[in-house]
Amino acid sequence: MTTVAHPSEHATHAGHELPFIRKYIFSTDHKIIGIQFLLMSLVFLFVGGLLAMLIRWQQAYPGAAIPGAAVLPETMAPGGILLPEFYNSLVTMHGTFMIFFAIMPLLVGVFGNYLIPLKIGAPDMAFPRINMWSFWIAVPAGILMLAGFFVEGGHAAAGWTSYAPLSANPEFSGVYAGQKLWLLSIAILGLSSILGATNYITTVVNMRAPGMTWFRLPLSIWALFITAILVLLAIPILSGAAIMLFFDQTIGTHFFAPAGGGQPLLWQHLFWYFGHPEVYILILPAMGMVSDIIANGSRKPIFGYHSMVYAIIAIAFLGWVVWGHHMFQSGMNPTLGMGFMISTLLIAVPSAIKTFNWMGTMWQGSIRFHVPMLHAISFVAMFVIGGLSGVFMASTPVDIYIHDTYFIVAHIHYVLFGGSLFALFAAITFWYPKMFGRMMSPFWGKVHWLLTFVFFNLTFFPMHSLGVYGHMRRIYDPTQYEFLQPLMGLNKFITVSALLLFASQAIFVVNFISSWFRGAKAPDNPWEDNGLEWTVASPPPHGNFAGVPTVHHGPYEFSAPGVAEDYLPQSSPARTAVPRTEGRRAEP
Amino acid sequence: MTHAHVMRSPAQRELGAGVYNEKLGIWVFLGSEVMFFTALIGAYIILRFANPGAFAQPGELLNVPVTAVNTFLLICSSVTMVKAFAAANMGNLKQMKLYLLATTLIGAAFVGVQIYEYTHLIHAGFLPSGIREGSELAELALAGELGLGRPDPAIAGIYGSTFYTMTGFHGFHVTCGVVCMAYVTAKAYRGKYTQADHRGIEVVGLYWHFVDLVWIILFTIVYLI
Amino acid sequence: MQWILPDGASTFAGDIDFLYYVILVITGIAFLVVELGLLWFAVKYRARPGRRATYTHGSLRAEIVWTAIPAVSVVVLGLMSGGVWNHVKGRDSVPAEALPYRVLARQFEWHVTHPGPDGQLDTPDDFTIRNQLHMPVDRPIVVHLAAEDVIHSFFVPAFRVKQDAVPGMEIPVWFEATKAGRFELACAELCGLGHYRMGAEVMVHAADEFASWTAAQAAARTQ
Repeated sequence: MTTVAHPSEHATHAGHELPFIRKYIFSTDHKIIGIQFLLMSLVFLFVGGLLAMLIRWQQAYPGAAIPGAAVLPETMAPGGILLPEFYNSLVTMHGTFMIFFAIMPLLVGVFGNYLIPLKIGAPDMAFPRINMWSFWIAVPAGILMLAGFFVEGGHAAAGWTSYAPLSANPEFSGVYAGQKLWLLSIAILGLSSILGATNYITTVVNMRAPGMTWFRLPLSIWALFITAILVLLAIPILSGAAIMLFFDQTIGTHFFAPAGGGQPLLWQHLFWYFGHPEVYILILPAMGMVSDIIANGSRKPIFGYHSMVYAIIAIAFLGWVVWGHHMFQSGMNPTLGMGFMISTLLIAVPSAIKTFNWMGTMWQGSIRFHVPMLHAISFVAMFVIGGLSGVFMASTPVDIYIHDTYFIVAHIHYVLFGGSLFALFAAITFWYPKMFGRMMSPFWGKVHWLLTFVFFNLTFFPMHSLGVYGHMRRIYDPTQYEFLQPLMGLNKFITVSALLLFASQAIFVVNFISSWFRGAKAPDNPWEDNGLEWTVASPPPHGNFAGVPTVHHGPYEFSAPGVAEDYLPQSSPARTAVPRTEGRRAEP
Repeated sequence: MTHAHVMRSPAQRELGAGVYNEKLGIWVFLGSEVMFFTALIGAYIILRFANPGAFAQPGELLNVPVTAVNTFLLICSSVTMVKAFAAANMGNLKQMKLYLLATTLIGAAFVGVQIYEYTHLIHAGFLPSGIREGSELAELALAGELGLGRPDPAIAGIYGSTFYTMTGFHGFHVTCGVVCMAYVTAKAYRGKYTQADHRGIEVVGLYWHFVDLVWIILFTIVYLI
Repeated sequence: MQWILPDGASTFAGDIDFLYYVILVITGIAFLVVELGLLWFAVKYRARPGRRATYTHGSLRAEIVWTAIPAVSVVVLGLMSGGVWNHVKGRDSVPAEALPYRVLARQFEWHVTHPGPDGQLDTPDDFTIRNQLHMPVDRPIVVHLAAEDVIHSFFVPAFRVKQDAVPGMEIPVWFEATKAGRFELACAELCGLGHYRMGAEVMVHAADEFASWTAAQAAARTQ
């Protein structure tokens, strides 16, 4: 017995073939579960994008019929013209799907599952069966969330943040079952996330292969590990809050209703106490995976590995004490605003360290512009914009003006699309060969990257301008206000860009699906990387490693002196002693 | 300690946390449980400070003696749980089974008493949404017999909201614990645990002690203060 | 693309706009450094045959530099922002002579109670107008903001004023208009079906014009 935590699980690894349903549907293999999460979240990513297109249409052509939307029922868009109540649902559900059902499962569910055991040299997760449950609990959550569109009164329409009392009382929103389904779905999805996080933490702590010390972990694993801790501690706060709101709706409690002694601001405190760690849940794994890919693309060790780790930890820690910056204008005591402003501004420091260390990694590298690298560099370039625009709203007085305007919309999309989603495109294209045993087309990959990069910026950069003009977010019809009239040209421009951005994703979809069947066979290590996952077949067999790998090096030994290739797999015994060159230029 | 070396290679013992996966896993999971109850208790503290007149004085509305006995029961079940685990470590499997059975039954008794308390309170007119109009309790509150609901009985709703949500979710956790405990007990009677390997007992035991600890906090802040 | 803020019309506009431009310059420099740096590195260090990447794990000195510069910048920004924040939103900074108003937000309209000729609320000469706030120029006013149903947000872009109206709370918002004219008031917090049309107008009058308007309104309502 060596690394095996579950002797009974392991016994099935080598022996007979499992029936289809156990192998691909109710699988306990972390790789299959990762791919299941991948397919599910990509569907939700598409749904979320589709909702965004409806929102953009309405912003550019308020009150005009959407071509083809006449198929929507009368309660949503009679004659193809969106109703205001449906518009509010669209805004709410676009955010909900993208954050809870696309970006978060893509980062944590897909890559947490797929990468952690492979990269630390374990045969599977610590609790494979709980891992399977974590996926199969997420599925009904997703179905409930979709079902909201088809119930009387329409879907939840109080924003993805579900501020009470609008969300608490159907009399105010006109939404009945939709909001309840939303809350149930979020609570169920929370259970799935907590089970997943418990698994990841246990696995990383207990199941690392011999030699895989903490400071030999790839940054992707560090980031996923810290993220799992954030998920573990933040999600139950949301679950608790969602349950209270659900009770307000169903059994008449008064947590958020002022008439019964409740407090609307309590919801905001609870929500953002979860919500700000959530923001880092949505970016830390992206940062980690981008670090792996930038080192690989630059053929250089990551610049300042230790400070990268400490920066992840610092961001995660500070993430717990900044939630009030979402509430500067909420009526919260203004003195608290000062404290939250300082802690928020401080987060800029570890973020800056990371950015400059990525640049330092590229400096004097030998950069290969493969598709994952293009996306990874774009991540850095776009994340910087999202980070810098955050400084505006961190400054409380400036936030007075730009809060709840399109400036915030631009900011969140630079972080979540420009940041997380570009990192996800990088990660998907990087690990696709390992997952499916096939290469994606590099040509179409580059075309997709270029179009996405261009139309992304054309869509979201002008939104800063809308915000600078004071354009409120979440309004159905901007032409209602005189001061927004001059912005309608810009709104139309953004909409056209957004449609093109959405259309460009078809290239990715086709490339993803057709490569699965017709892509070139992937070698074990197509990117010449050091991670343990590249030492096994593509795709890796059930149980991952034939024996227990032993780790001899850190994850980023690229272009090491004395090694013929410009990479050195972590498990390669070729050169066991790596001279310490930290802080100095190595001899050529 | 008794079985950790069975599960892990020497190199892994060097790297890992030094405990087997299930034990580490339950500790990690309890971390999230702590945060869940933090949300509920935090909300309670904020709402109680914001509405001093909406909460009754200790003993005015809730039956403290009955709940004190119930608290004592739950503490006893933690003791029997410790005894069961100690017996398993000593290899005294017969005692282990008896203590497990005792823990399950006492746990179930706790849930029973809580259900009795709820039915009694609801009958008197104390609901999650507040005090039922026309109930015995509403008349007392209107007559000023209770400190509850000053100045307006409507705001007493928040008392019922927090009371039922907190104690209800704790009761739900105890119920889950009783189900797990019954499962472990059945497994023990089928001879699945040995002196060398009784991880299931330790894992369920940790959860049980956690639920007990939460109750001591809830009992203090809801019934006594 | 427009990075210039629209004209302000309150005493806050100067301070807030100045801070905005300071941040714009600082973040603009950081933006250029990073983006041009990335572009430069991408071109200069592209893979070419025969060249191997430099093997280095980092430089402590460089990291200290790029930790210190952002740290100092954000501390300075924090100090600059703190003063303005206190001036605008601090509970003690409402001027004593500010003319009091009461605004009740509800789905989807603003009920503005004006103080009447005596300049005081809760007196018989108060009057309430729907979706209109009339105020004098160059004189601070304080709006006691409340909400009846859900959370709304009192947003006058030209004044750089925004404050959520929360049911169960009364929040003072003060400001002083520096220009006479008509300005738009908008709801900035999603408040339901009609959120998008929950607008109102703020009419800023010259002092004497405001006095006569107030008197006329009060007189019309007592008849």
